[in-house]
Amino acid sequence: MKNKMIKVDYLARVEGEGALFVKIKNNEVADVKLRIFEPPRFFEAFLRGRKYSEAPDITARICGICPVAYQMSSVHAMENAFGVKINGQLRNLRRLLYCGEWIESHALHIYMLHAPDFLGYEDAIQMARDHPEAVKKALELKKIGNELVTLIGGREIHPINVRVGGFYRTPAKSELGAINERLKWALEAACDTVKLVATFPFPEFEQDYEFVALRHSDEYPFNEGRLVSNKGLNIGINEYERNFAEEHVEHSNSLHSVRIGHGNYFTGPLARYSLNFDMLTPLCQQLSKEAGLGTTCHNPFKSIVVRAIETVYACQEALRIIGQYEAPEQPFVPVEAKAGTGYGCTEAPRGILYHRYRVDDQGVIKDAKIVPPTSQNQKTIEQDLRRYVTMYMDQPKDKLTWQCEQAIRNYDPCISCATHFMKLEIERE
Amino acid sequence: MSAACSNTPAPESEKLVIGIGNEFRGDDGVGLLVAGRFRESSDGRVKVLEASGEGTELMSLWSGAELVVVVDAVHSGGEPGRIFRFVLPGDKFPGAIFPRQSTHAFGLVEAIELSATMGSLPRRLIIYGIEGRSFQTGAEISDDVMTAASEVLARLAGEFA
Repeated sequence: MKNKMIKVDYLARVEGEGALFVKIKNNEVADVKLRIFEPPRFFEAFLRGRKYSEAPDITARICGICPVAYQMSSVHAMENAFGVKINGQLRNLRRLLYCGEWIESHALHIYMLHAPDFLGYEDAIQMARDHPEAVKKALELKKIGNELVTLIGGREIHPINVRVGGFYRTPAKSELGAINERLKWALEAACDTVKLVATFPFPEFEQDYEFVALRHSDEYPFNEGRLVSNKGLNIGINEYERNFAEEHVEHSNSLHSVRIGHGNYFTGPLARYSLNFDMLTPLCQQLSKEAGLGTTCHNPFKSIVVRAIETVYACQEALRIIGQYEAPEQPFVPVEAKAGTGYGCTEAPRGILYHRYRVDDQGVIKDAKIVPPTSQNQKTIEQDLRRYVTMYMDQPKDKLTWQCEQAIRNYDPCISCATHFMKLEIERE
Repeated sequence: MSAACSNTPAPESEKLVIGIGNEFRGDDGVGLLVAGRFRESSDGRVKVLEASGEGTELMSLWSGAELVVVVDAVHSGGEPGRIFRFVLPGDKFPGAIFPRQSTHAFGLVEAIELSATMGSLPRRLIIYGIEGRSFQTGAEISDDVMTAASEVLARLAGEFA
């Protein structure tokens, strides 16, 4: 077919809010437009005039799937502004909380959204008819992630126990016993998941991305580290805005992030894995090898394997932290507000989430900036689509459309930040 | 807002109200508003939960419950404030009437279908949908949707009578 149009209103909540449009003319990709994400500009404005202490709870409301990430980036930014450093068990508890979010977010995406693509099902509901045990396992795995977030975060949706300086309340050692047993099951389930997804058929689609992720000298990154890339970037978090910019794009209300002087980049599991393979546990490294991954991975369709590896890591890390946990004497370190600017960047399940706040000497927020991972990946997703359609143009339109959706799903684009309501059409006779 | 989101399966005798929505997106917050008001006026016999609408979360909340009433915003292009009510099992919901949004979202519709497939629907599930007018970020809930919210609230007590 010489000319064709691919149109997917795949986020058809509000007309024009989310859509993919690909135009093929004379056997060439003439146009790719993707609208998937509305950056949290409203929240940046909403935060101005609020106390620094409100930032974690307010920003947690931006996303129903990754509230922990918003809380973590905000508290780190505030602590950076006030010169406070969190160590020891409090720091570990933050990592433990993040483990819960990674487990639930990755389990949801791997099984309920991404696996049906590879197994040829329209969705998880169709998949559940043939593979009920796999879906049950997925739901249980996700639930264990939720339980961990509830235990440390105070509650599962929009956790409320996180504060600048630490937590409002920290668990007693005895409270972690039950989840410890659950996590042992989760670890096994996660290992099985790696073995399952490694058998999926993957299109040949290796790309020369610039991967951007946090890198820490001692650990696979959650909360802290320097921002590095495979193309020469190595900066402190406070240098983010000198190295990255958001460009306005005509077809979308959202902004496209670029590395200044370099162009689009890739953040998320593939980037973390490729820049931090040596920080994974021996088990994760072994499973990666068995799954056919190298120490880096440049095929975004294989992100499902990397998510499974990261789920194994999160289970192991959670078990490690619980194993050596002793309740800290104080649930938080005292914080004294002072005027200044603070920067925070943590690894949300989908990639780096950057926060910057300017506060006055009363601790009132004067200015806020929030750059979520999905908005950083948008330009790279468009590039993938353009290249993918160019490579596989001869396929029937239905198949190509489906694979374009799959190519977007490789990035697990965060959609819960927008409205969620049902689209309703009623047929009258 | 206090959302006690327990992961333990609901006991068989449990009765729940689940409000779904995003309080920062105008009329999208109406489900949360109704749930919050119901809690204030209830005698505690019915558990009230607020949720973002993520499907597997809904499944874990309602699994095994006796009676669950979900209140959510609806966008059909119809008259704002219009109230829809569906009862499961019984009514044709959602597959035939509610087109699937997409496989990118795993929301209420998908949660109902998957629960039905896995045999984990509550014994009786009632869905209230309120047609929204504006879903703009930061907007207030519109007047006609507020009126509808009051009517749904009034009808909720009857569902548990």
